[in-house]
Amino acid sequence: MENKKRKGAVIFSPYKKGEAIKKVVELKREDVLFELRESKLKGRGCAGFPTATKWTLVAAASSQEKYIVCNADEGEPGTFKDRVLLLEYPELVFDGMVIAGYTIGAKTGILYLRGEYEYMLKSLEDYLESMRKEKLLGKNIAGKEGFDFDIIIRLGSGAYVCGEETALIESLEGNRGEARNRPPYPVNTGFMGKPTTVNNVETFAAVSHIVVKGGTWYRKHGTDKSTGSKLFSVSGDCERPGVYELPWGIKVSELLEIVGAKDTKAVQVGGASGICIPKSQFDRILGYEDAATGGSIMIFNESRNMLHILKNFMEFFVEESCGQCTPCRIGNVKLLEGVEMLENGTYTFGYMNQLKELGKSMQIASKCGLGQSSPNAFISILENFKEEIFNGGGNHAK
Amino acid sequence: MLVLEKNAMTEEIEELVKKYGNSRSSLLPILQDIQRKHKNVSDFAQQEVARVLDIHPVEVYSVISFYSFLNTKPKGRNIVRLCQTITCDLSGKASVAKAIERELGIKFGETTKDNKITLEYVNCLGMCDQGPALLVNERVYAKVSPEKAIQILNEIK
Repeated sequence: MENKKRKGAVIFSPYKKGEAIKKVVELKREDVLFELRESKLKGRGCAGFPTATKWTLVAAASSQEKYIVCNADEGEPGTFKDRVLLLEYPELVFDGMVIAGYTIGAKTGILYLRGEYEYMLKSLEDYLESMRKEKLLGKNIAGKEGFDFDIIIRLGSGAYVCGEETALIESLEGNRGEARNRPPYPVNTGFMGKPTTVNNVETFAAVSHIVVKGGTWYRKHGTDKSTGSKLFSVSGDCERPGVYELPWGIKVSELLEIVGAKDTKAVQVGGASGICIPKSQFDRILGYEDAATGGSIMIFNESRNMLHILKNFMEFFVEESCGQCTPCRIGNVKLLEGVEMLENGTYTFGYMNQLKELGKSMQIASKCGLGQSSPNAFISILENFKEEIFNGGGNHAK
Repeated sequence: MLVLEKNAMTEEIEELVKKYGNSRSSLLPILQDIQRKHKNVSDFAQQEVARVLDIHPVEVYSVISFYSFLNTKPKGRNIVRLCQTITCDLSGKASVAKAIERELGIKFGETTKDNKITLEYVNCLGMCDQGPALLVNERVYAKVSPEKAIQILNEIK
């Protein structure tokens, strides 16, 4: 479907199927965790929790049953790196899951694939079957006595909120995908109440490389706080949209240059739940220390109407809010109404300021990441594009 | 529903339970298979799934109502979903949507009279670099122009 001649320093660097699995079975579990700690790898979904810490917690749990979950519920608008990884580099993802199984002591791995990606199911199932034939899955993997691990694939059914790890677990258990209260965290009480590590597709892919090439090698890329590289899903107004592997710490302006973006007015970093960066801030850097992102970079040029974009985001959140907690369920509706007032020219500045305050309350009071991050776009677009929005009034809107 | 149809549905659900197991965590895969085949999960199917999994039918209904790819009301034989999220929106979603509506003579959210196609909007399909994107059943199409969209619709059986 897509070409496999991608080049990159870390994720897209050369790798042979099963390479890391064959190496990992020679290592002690502590050694794997040590290399991970050395690499300073952080979760690639966006939240950026240190992977080594998460795995250590699950590895230390005394339960007989543990689970590895790969979160391939890539629903954030503007993100499509998992699509590329799963279609073109399944070896990295699945090998990473097997490594997790070995390190943590789990026997079952689950790939939670979003329903929209059902078309990949057949090729992924075939790939797992080929791994079983090559003894990279199943019993006594790679000849290691007593190392049994297998992977099953479960489909989502079109719910953005299931990308949140506890909602994902609820969905796996056959429930509505409503986020749980945390704590307890999935590392203690996860799938079926057992210790579970939920990691992003890209995190597993990075782990495979770290096992082969070492944590110190990995850490050489990127910045001190954001080590390694990142897959950026670039879309919108540019000449060459697509997935790019770039080191963390790159400036927004440098990225725009690489993808051939001209007349750029704004860059939405982190998808609909991310922040909107105006031209004056294009020297900001992409990384956990400044503008963090799960990889979504959406570029808007001068011809775009920011209010129209904001409305699209808010409609998205109103639809995708699970409705469980009040700040998110009602808050997003109120913010969308605010955008409509701006469109019609029926707003007052006082009320808009109140809505910004409401957004800040939602960031604090919502139960899960969805409601905590959905006001980001509203707040940052209203702040950064004041003149366009308030001076343009309703005339600007489509 | 005819008794024969009911029996067939029961048999089908029992097969699915054999395939996935009768624990609660099998609920979603079972519902997804029913949905794929029948394009909806009928009241009777919900009751039967509840019976074999030993849960209340309301639990089944509650799960179906949560997920946008599951539904209890009948839909067309094919479900055509157009991505409405921002990058597809900016790359020409509206003109594709208009062309499809004109050609089929229905609006989004409706089903054609011959029951062939149900038209829906969907949120981000993960094809943002190649928008506008269209999902026909489980197959995805990228860079869909109004003309290409109609071609795709014509190929649907």
